[in-house]
This record gives sequence, structure tokens and C-alpha cells, in this order.
Amino acid sequence: MTIPAELDARFRDAAAAEGLLDVAYDWTDSPVGRLLVAATERGVCLISFNPEPEAHLEGLARAHGVRVLHSSRPVDPVRHELDEYFEHRRTTFDVQPDLTVLPPFQQLVLDELGRVPYGATATYGGLASRIGKPRAARAVGGALNQNPVPIVVPCHRVVGASGSLVGYAGGLDRKRALLALEGAILD
Amino acid sequence: MMDSVATIPPFEWFYREQRDDVFRYLRRLLGRQGAEDAFQETFLRALRAYPRLEHGRHLRAWIFTIATRVAIDERRRPVPVLVTGEVGAEDVEPAYAELEPLVGQLPPTERAAVVLRYGYDLPYADIGAALGSSEDAARQATSSGVRRLRRRLT
Repeated sequence: MTIPAELDARFRDAAAAEGLLDVAYDWTDSPVGRLLVAATERGVCLISFNPEPEAHLEGLARAHGVRVLHSSRPVDPVRHELDEYFEHRRTTFDVQPDLTVLPPFQQLVLDELGRVPYGATATYGGLASRIGKPRAARAVGGALNQNPVPIVVPCHRVVGASGSLVGYAGGLDRKRALLALEGAILD
Repeated sequence: MMDSVATIPPFEWFYREQRDDVFRYLRRLLGRQGAEDAFQETFLRALRAYPRLEHGRHLRAWIFTIATRVAIDERRRPVPVLVTGEVGAEDVEPAYAELEPLVGQLPPTERAAVVLRYGYDLPYADIGAALGSSEDAARQATSSGVRRLRRRLT
């Protein structure tokens, strides 16, 4: 005997409504595939192109606390803004990324990256210079590669010195699609 | 070395692992309607306490402890609760299946002890923990519950 679906849903809603969760996660569909989205009280802490939750739950629990639960309500604001972004109705995100658990250098890089506007691109070296470490382009690349909240923190806007796309944790096709959506490159 | 059994799992995993059995247990104690309210209360209490757990051992006994306390609280409410014997015969021991329809008439502590022992095969130490008493007290509650049931059967 399994529990009635509505009882399950009611518990998941109540858990979030009572503020008992360290992390709530859910899925959202997008033109670049199904995304797993996780949020803490501080903001969105994970957007993953790998929607398989088993790959993420232990890491989320270690980073943010063991009360990790699938619950859709806390994720609604992020889902809503992502929908608008993909429908060309939003160019900046109001939801805050929760980067509190990341190493200081990575936070610095991702904060700086947040200043690269919609439709523009930056280079790894340029970003390194902007944080005052002009020789740290490789380390900047590493920090971007580990960006837990792609799209909202726009690591797709960082390209190689020659303008080539270079790399993206979600795959170059997705990077190309995001830059094309923003009009930064031609389809 | 990290003891993987003792690591506290993400709540989602723990919840998925236990939710069906906990619901079934609460239905035996409280009937369907009561079980739905008690189910949510059980897992909300578990969520509140979850960050304070020191290890992931005995999580099953722990959630049954909470469920038992919630059920006993529910039973102490003045509103009478109708208990139905709607458990499938395939998921209980044959001897227990005979007792099942009568278990609902036992006092709350004996009822919980009998269901945990014969319905879920929990050791007396865990039942004692669930009832907030000792292993001996759990053994006693179980056997006095069974004696009471036998008297009713004969």
C-alpha cells in the first residue's frame, strides 16, 4: 500500500510552509532541457542540466543541511523567472543566487560575472582582470565550470579571447542556445 | 572511515523509504481519516528533530517512535476514532492477521506494542523507545495486550 498522492503533496507543502526545509527542489522544463532547481531560504542554490535528483541530494545535504525535500512551492519564483527569461520577457533575475557555501574566490568570480549584462559577453582573462587577478584566467575558468546556478549566474556569457565559445558545463550546444536567445551571437 | 549506514541521509530519501510503512501503521492504530492527520504530524515532527540527529542508525525505530506518540496523542482526544480492519492479509504474519481485527479495542499503549511487535517485528528495545518506556515495559505491554486479545478470541 502506498500513501495517497494528495497526502504526500500536502505534507511536502506543509513542510515548506512551516519553514522546516534546508533545501526544496523541483523540476522545470526549458528550451535547453529539463532542469532541476533547488532553493534555500536565501535563494536559488542549484540549477542543474542533469535533472536526476539522486545525483544531487547528498551534495545539497552536505552543503546546506540534511532537510532536503522535493517541494514545488519554494521553487515557484525561480521557475517563473526562468520561464520569463526563455520567453524573452526578462533580462535580469530578481531571485538571488545562494552562493554562501562556495569558497571565497569562487564567490568573487561569480559575483563579478553577475555584472556582465544580458546580451553581452566577457572573456576569462577580462573577468580575471576585473577581480584584480589578471593572471588567474584558468582559475576563473575553473570557478565558472563549478557554477552551481547557471543561467541565473550567467557563466554562458564568458567566452575565449578569440570569441570562441570554449566550454560550458552544460555542453556547448546549450551555451550557444543561451547566447543566441540573448542575441549575443547569431543562431 | 565513514560509516555509510550511520550517515544521516537527505530527508527525501528517509521519507520515501518510511512513508508507506508509517502510513500503514497509523491506519492500523487510527483508521484512515485519523491516519491522514497523524501522518503529516509525524513527518513534520520528524523534520523538526532531524537536524539534531547524531547519526543515521535506527531511523526506522525512530520514526515509528514518533508515529506511536502522535497516535497516542490522537487517541487521547475525546472524539472517538473508528478503527477498521482494512489491512491486507498478505502483509502480516498469519497469527497476527487473526488478532488484527481485535487490536483496535486495546488500550493505546498495548495496541501500539502489539502492532509494533507482531505487525512490524520491531525488537522490544525499540518498542520501549517508541513508547517512551523500557524494554521490559514494552514486553509487558505486548504480552498483556496479547492476553487480553486471547480472552476475547476464546
